[in-house]
Amino acid sequence: MKKLEIIIRPGKLDDVKAALSRSGVHGMHYAEIQGCGRQMGHAEIYRGRTVQVDFLPKLRLEVVVDDADVDGVVEAVIGAARTGEIGDGKIFISEVLDAVRIRTGERGPAAL
Amino acid sequence: MNAADTAFILLCAAMVMLMTPALALFYGGLVRSRNVLSTHMHSYASLGVISLLWAIFGYSLAFGGDIGGLIGDLSYLFLEGVGAQPAPAAPQAPHAAFMAFQCMFAVLTVSLISGAYAERIRFSGMLLFSCLWLAFVYCPMAHWVWGGGWMMRMGALDFAGGAVVHMASAAAALACAHAVGPRLSSASSMPHNLPLTLLGGGLLWFGWFGFNAGSALVAGGLAAQALVNTHLASAAGIVGWMIVEWRRTGKATTLGVISGALAGLVAITPGAGFVGSMSSIVIGLAGGVVCYGGVLLKNRFHYDDALDVVGIHGVGGTWGALATGIFACAEINKVDGLLYGNAAQLGIQAVSVAATWAFVYVASRILLKITDVLTGLRASADAETLGLDLSEHNERGYNL
Repeated sequence: MKKLEIIIRPGKLDDVKAALSRSGVHGMHYAEIQGCGRQMGHAEIYRGRTVQVDFLPKLRLEVVVDDADVDGVVEAVIGAARTGEIGDGKIFISEVLDAVRIRTGERGPAAL
Repeated sequence: MNAADTAFILLCAAMVMLMTPALALFYGGLVRSRNVLSTHMHSYASLGVISLLWAIFGYSLAFGGDIGGLIGDLSYLFLEGVGAQPAPAAPQAPHAAFMAFQCMFAVLTVSLISGAYAERIRFSGMLLFSCLWLAFVYCPMAHWVWGGGWMMRMGALDFAGGAVVHMASAAAALACAHAVGPRLSSASSMPHNLPLTLLGGGLLWFGWFGFNAGSALVAGGLAAQALVNTHLASAAGIVGWMIVEWRRTGKATTLGVISGALAGLVAITPGAGFVGSMSSIVIGLAGGVVCYGGVLLKNRFHYDDALDVVGIHGVGGTWGALATGIFACAEINKVDGLLYGNAAQLGIQAVSVAATWAFVYVASRILLKITDVLTGLRASADAETLGLDLSEHNERGYNL
């Protein structure tokens, strides 16, 4: 199993969620985060005083999928989240040792 | 006495009372979310403490019988004799109505100062300083300008409190910014809730009609002129600030619009009952422009007047006092200014400006020093970082 941490633009949540569903991924969660990277921040002005804001709002979705599904899911996310401009986000993929469905006690891919 | 004037003053007193909660919203939105309640407390505590002190001795010191042009006597201590009979300063209304109207001014003025020390003062220090300041600064100032003191005799014009309210609170604010020192992280500070600030500013505008028109003390033509001037100057302040901000930064902002409105309101306060309608537009427009410059001063001179009391009330109040000496017109209210051939009036206004700044700044520094020794002024670094809402009041503004 692999975990995908998918960082996207806030406005892309619905598209990415739909794309994940089409790829067979139905369980996920997301968090609102503030990030900085190659997309520059912006300046805000309050009473003539400029405040540079470096951290921009992003969403971080997390899904765990079977090893065989990783490439398909990545393609689906790219298709939904990509605009081609700097700031589209990233996907970090890491190994997951095990998974447990709390209700039934199922382990491994069966718990996904 | 007559019923119309009495009703007018009572309503205006209620409108001016609303300005203090409005100020709390205005200031509350400008601070960071961890200080929103402490900033409100500065205004609401003043409503409590200053109102009581005003009734006990403040009104008497300000409006009691004159002693040497400097202070009122103690004839109205505990509101002795302040009831249903005509007020000496406003014979067409009951004494109690005039006292209550003036009470709201005192409360608001003390609250205005809090913009300077917001986000870092100890609540106990704030309370003690406010009480001392009422007794030793506000009451003398009110007496000098309105209670028969030396500025009034000199002929200084201050219709609704350009010196007593705005310059005085700003000079005290500058003293506070110097004495308390800058916030730990003032550079990254941003308003946490501008809609609160806009609501508060809008309500201040409403209350200001009571503040300025009510200062006519009679429901008549002068009150109408003052209300029109107040509205036009505020409108012009918006336009003035917007023009200079747009040119300088490329965008007009909501905080700029509401700041410009307040700048116009502050600027017209001393002249509201002395100038004509078109003059009020010039005063407000210039008020918006000079106050935009005013809020930039703190960056150049490195004092952390957190919410720009000096930039708006100090610069706007000073401009307004001088503008009154320029635009005053005898057709409106008995006195001419520079434009109508009476250059001396501008000189008198300049003396009142210099005296107000000097007296209030020095007296405030002394009172701040006393407060610092007795209760301490500044919250600890830990308390400031945690936020005054939790560290000083054990509560949070938002539990979302």
